[in-house]
Amino acid sequence: MSGASVLYDVPGPRAMRRNRILGVATSLVVLAIVGFIVYRFAVSGQFDAARWNLFTYAQVWEGLVQALGATLGAFLTAAVGSMLLGFVLAMGRLSEHAWVRVPVTALTELMRAVPVLVMMMISYYGINSIPDSSFKMTPYAAVVVGLVLYNGSVLAEALRAGIESLPRGQREAGYSVGLRKTGVMVFILLPQAVRAVLPVIVAQLVVTLKDTALGFIITYPELIYYAKYLSSQPGRPLLQAGIVVAVIYITICILLSWFARWLEVRTRRSPKVAAIAGADDDADPRLRVGGTLTETMSALDAPGGGRRRG
Amino acid sequence: MDAIFGNLDLWGIAILNTVTLFVGGGLLALVLGTMVGAMRVSPIPIARAVATVYVSVIRNTPLTLVFFFFVFGYPKLDLPEIEFMPLAVLALGIYTATYVAEVLRAGINTVPPGQAEAARALGMPFGQVMSLVVLPQAFRSVVPPMMSVFIALLKNTTVAAGFSIAELAALRATIADSADRPGSVLEILLWVALIFVVLVMGLALLQRHFEKKWRIVR
Repeated sequence: MSGASVLYDVPGPRAMRRNRILGVATSLVVLAIVGFIVYRFAVSGQFDAARWNLFTYAQVWEGLVQALGATLGAFLTAAVGSMLLGFVLAMGRLSEHAWVRVPVTALTELMRAVPVLVMMMISYYGINSIPDSSFKMTPYAAVVVGLVLYNGSVLAEALRAGIESLPRGQREAGYSVGLRKTGVMVFILLPQAVRAVLPVIVAQLVVTLKDTALGFIITYPELIYYAKYLSSQPGRPLLQAGIVVAVIYITICILLSWFARWLEVRTRRSPKVAAIAGADDDADPRLRVGGTLTETMSALDAPGGGRRRG
Repeated sequence: MDAIFGNLDLWGIAILNTVTLFVGGGLLALVLGTMVGAMRVSPIPIARAVATVYVSVIRNTPLTLVFFFFVFGYPKLDLPEIEFMPLAVLALGIYTATYVAEVLRAGINTVPPGQAEAARALGMPFGQVMSLVVLPQAFRSVVPPMMSVFIALLKNTTVAAGFSIAELAALRATIADSADRPGSVLEILLWVALIFVVLVMGLALLQRHFEKKWRIVR
């Protein structure tokens, strides 16, 4: 979309003048908003050294690293768990036996409809409130369970859509060379489908990472929880702690997003995928009805965004 | 069933608050998202840059942290006091607007380039190309993903529970903390989950209906 957009002509002298005026107006509005926030920060003493003083202590940074470790720990466990669960659920949904397919489908749809936070609350407050039970959940376990159930069902849907979008000839060719159901799935369908939905998987990882922040609400000591704790320390640096944590989150998420985009570009260039995906350009499996937000978003993030323009 | 009928008043308030968050956040997201989406395809480089920065910063921040800034951070700025509810709506709207903007931009991209080229060949300026030719067509392909955004928004309203707003997910704490309210924590949470399943399924049905109604064959 650089420069030569199809939506407007190359600007002439008048259009250029108008664009320049609009550009200045936009900058003024943005500067006014940012300026106002900075002004309020200054007026309410948020830039005072006393407010930032806390961050000169090594102990605070050690605490931050520990909180980051808690965030990443929950994230990594949940990532691995949700991939495994996603794989199992996808296989279940594609099963030829109705007694497997129907309950798995219902379960997947159910888990996708319940908010992650409610699932975390059920597995923490809910399970721990059962009387006379010696089984207790830690906040960490609850965060991981909530994330795995939700993201597992999302990944299952993505993987299933990926497998179903493969041309029928792939499956038929597999059967015709004498492979059985498992062989066709393992050797023919899965390798192609995984390649096709890899960007969705990584995009969902970004969502998983962001959702670990929900652990704050069920008292899991992750980054935001630590930021809240810091805000009760000398200087009460609530906004300052928030900003530090935000920078950490944004950095990690942007790195992951870049990785997703890089994967997308790489897989698009690969002739193996191009052969499958080139068949019909419109049927991006991620843009179907009932597709999850991640699928839609990752399709949009793809270079060219859904479909290429001239 | 005591958990429902013994606490009908609380359930009423909780559902009302959830719906308020959803509708308020949704409207704000639509308005703000449309503006940002328009900026992202506009011929003005500065507008494009501003919109891109906004989208990439907010989309890579957890919603919980956005809430943190608005609900906990705002009062620190010594500005006129605002209740938690409007602040939460603001947080949800600003977060969701980035998704609305992205969906709109993608919708514009699905309109074949020939349409915009034809409009330009007739001498239409950017405003007319968009409002008369591109947007009416983009609207149809935008509806299904837009509904996905709203389903996500509905589920995201639960985050407000961590920020002193008495919506559905916060009901657990309210009932557990009071001595004489019937219903166990697990019971309440399972009912909350069920309500969300029903609401989300309703939105999904609506999505399917719109998709069928407005499908365009190209």
